[in-house]
Amino acid sequence: MKFTREILINTVLAALLLAMPFAALAMDEPFYVTLATRMAILALAAVGLNLALGLGGLVSFGHAAFFGIGGYAAGILSTHALNMQPLLTWPFEIESSEQMLVAWFVAVAVSGPVALAIGAISLRTSGVYFIMITLAFAQMIYYFAISWPAYGGEDGLSIAMRGTFPGVNTAVPLSFFLICYGVLMVALLLFACVRASRFGAALQAARQNETRLAAVGIGPFPVRLVAFVISAMVAALAGSLYADLNRFASPSMLSWQMSGELIVLIILGGTGRLFGPVAGAMLFVLIESVLGGLTERWQLFLGLILLGVVLFARGGLIGLVAGKSRHG
Amino acid sequence: MAEPVLSIRELRKNFGALKATDNVSLDLKPGEIHALIGPNGAGKTTLIHQISGSIRQDSGAIEFLGEDVGGLGMAARARKGLGRSFQISSLAPEFSALRNVMLAQQAAQGSSFRFFRPVMRDRSLTDPAMSMLERVGLAGRARLPAAELSHGERRKLEIAIALALGPKAFLFDEPMAGMGPEGAKDLTGFLDGLRREAPILLVEHDMDAVFALADRISVLVYGRVIATGSVDEIRRDPEVRRAYLGEHT
Repeated sequence: MKFTREILINTVLAALLLAMPFAALAMDEPFYVTLATRMAILALAAVGLNLALGLGGLVSFGHAAFFGIGGYAAGILSTHALNMQPLLTWPFEIESSEQMLVAWFVAVAVSGPVALAIGAISLRTSGVYFIMITLAFAQMIYYFAISWPAYGGEDGLSIAMRGTFPGVNTAVPLSFFLICYGVLMVALLLFACVRASRFGAALQAARQNETRLAAVGIGPFPVRLVAFVISAMVAALAGSLYADLNRFASPSMLSWQMSGELIVLIILGGTGRLFGPVAGAMLFVLIESVLGGLTERWQLFLGLILLGVVLFARGGLIGLVAGKSRHG
Repeated sequence: MAEPVLSIRELRKNFGALKATDNVSLDLKPGEIHALIGPNGAGKTTLIHQISGSIRQDSGAIEFLGEDVGGLGMAARARKGLGRSFQISSLAPEFSALRNVMLAQQAAQGSSFRFFRPVMRDRSLTDPAMSMLERVGLAGRARLPAAELSHGERRKLEIAIALALGPKAFLFDEPMAGMGPEGAKDLTGFLDGLRREAPILLVEHDMDAVFALADRISVLVYGRVIATGSVDEIRRDPEVRRAYLGEHT
């Protein structure tokens, strides 16, 4: 593989994110460990969305639904485990678990079929209709969550104890960060594989010219549907980690603002670029914490930055530094 | 006589009051080039769209290799072996010329649901795609994004993509358009050899090319086929001369 400027930047970003919590601890600023973890988790969710949005051109304005499903998976499992209740009593009994791996599995296993149903309907539309219909589905799930008193309703669901991980004390912030960072790296690796694969070729062609794809005999619909489902599952995994980080599964994870935030992250970082979501999440969390500390109206500045990126740097941060992407 | 590869029976398509395709029947026999000519707006491209499946006929049948394909989508028809080129080049603009052809190659090989092996290191894709580009004379431009190719090069790339599908019949919609006399002459020679691989239904305005290539010609005027026959028959047909060729001869 040729060592391009993009690879260099990706390496630097990965190293920076990894170094951040260690530096924070060395400077006795443990809060920054949490920030770094937040960056990693948001980046993970955005890597998921980047698959649909960046590669497939599917502007899903409803990925908060999957992020939230992941969060609630972690929250509900933890609540049941704490109260020693089984997770299901019918048609067969399933014990709950405080294992993080179980929560991840549930998050992925639930979000997959939900995404399949939402995608199967939404992907019959395109453009602005697709944006609106994905938003509508996510809002349905949001209102379902806040009207479901068994799991906190509007108050959300606190998680008394962060999920456990074999051989790791997840209550230690640095350990939890490393888990999130590890998952992010695996997700990036998968993203890179998928992008370079036959499936990735078909998915990117569907974005560039769906008539061309159909004319060579590949139906765009199934390709997009599979991408949408994988994308949702990655977002759900991130949601599960996010709830564990905050020890709280909040309905706001399901809200449309969250969906918007994920889109903003990708646009900031670079749509369709491997490390776009990482760059975007790092910048976003940084802006949020630095400017958020100075003024309550930090989102105004975020808006200005976003405007600048959209007007002058379409390729986002990665595009700005590494230039246009090449497809070989 | 050999069974036709492609056979269209009583095809009709209306856009409101406009009869874009008015009871069209024609067929494509093995080894032949069947040219479809007619003035602008005669419904040639609409007919190609219906055959390839990008628009649906109102009534009538489209049989391909003895099978009714009239109800299938575009992708399904392409998988059965209908390779088409577009009147206005339709490519994946960000992909290189090579990757555009590789996409067709991957479709021809079957499943696109493979998630791990990188396509650029898959010689079962790159090698045949490269040889298709060589055949149309684009090998030197293989790494350039389709968007950066010249108009004529994009036309050639369209044909390379159709070739990579290994189709049982070609539908070419004005492949010479905008090629210039030199390019059109090259392409005429190329298409002449291509008919041995699969028959070609050729929509073309370049009459020199049509007369040089066609085994049979059908003339479409206002959505209707007013004549079908050999080059000489068409040249002599008084109705054709009146309706169409008058402006050329």
